[in-house]
Amino acid sequence: MLDYLLSFLVLFGAALTFIGSLGLVRLRDFYTRLHGPTKATTLGVGSILIASAVFFSARGTGISLHEILVTLFLFITAPVSAHLLAKAALHLELNSLAKIPRKKVREANALERADQTQATKQATDNAEKIPSTDGPQEPTQ
Amino acid sequence: MRQLLPHPLLTPILAGIWLLLNNSIAPGQIVLGLILGWLIPLLSIHFWPEKVYIYRPLTLLRYIMVLLVDIVVANLIVARLILGNPDRLKPAFVKVPLDITSDLAISLLVSSITLTPGTLSARLSLDRKYLLVHALNEADPDALVATIKYRYERLLKEAFEKC
Repeated sequence: MLDYLLSFLVLFGAALTFIGSLGLVRLRDFYTRLHGPTKATTLGVGSILIASAVFFSARGTGISLHEILVTLFLFITAPVSAHLLAKAALHLELNSLAKIPRKKVREANALERADQTQATKQATDNAEKIPSTDGPQEPTQ
Repeated sequence: MRQLLPHPLLTPILAGIWLLLNNSIAPGQIVLGLILGWLIPLLSIHFWPEKVYIYRPLTLLRYIMVLLVDIVVANLIVARLILGNPDRLKPAFVKVPLDITSDLAISLLVSSITLTPGTLSARLSLDRKYLLVHALNEADPDALVATIKYRYERLLKEAFEKC
């Protein structure tokens, strides 16, 4: 009975992971393709890990709970990488099937750039200020 | 107290992770885990300037349950969408206004939007007022905003912010 449950979980997880990868081929643009991997890492890997935990708890020596950690780390890291990929795509203004709110994105990009240059300018200003204590200096280019 | 134990919540969590890594609950491992759970927050305090406090742990637990159920349901929906005709999908960018302000709550919300298949958080505005969400197949953007705000954000706000 346990065998059937475990094989179902493993096959189900494998099928979902496969469909997630299939999405990379079938879907049409970068943003929709990003949906595939986030899917595979949640339920697909999740059910395989549940099967693994149950199997090693039933067959091995004592309860095996390593798998919870794998899930935890996946759930922490997968969204961050997906978010960064999407953000980079917006920055490069890749083609998209969905209408990108272009004005908003451009404004945000410009703001971010300004923010960064300001931050680096401040950093260089501070670096220059430290050795000389006699008043503020014009930053030399 | 603040200097000695900068993140009281992090200590038991790190100790728990240590025990899971070792797959044992021997007394020695528990002590070692607690020591690590005390030292690591002390050494990494500069990365966590904001004090984390959970006002309602039960709400957070309910949030995790809701999220897990949604992940399962949405997975099946997206699997069907991918196997169907991809030309018939209606992807859309949706702007979601945010009410929560705490860093941790925002990052949890952003992560859980990406974890539920079918939606993907693409960009957080600099002032943290808006989140740009990409939906795989959404005919009604307003309904999506309402779902995100009611189902996820409300619970996170209750759990992490004093109201």
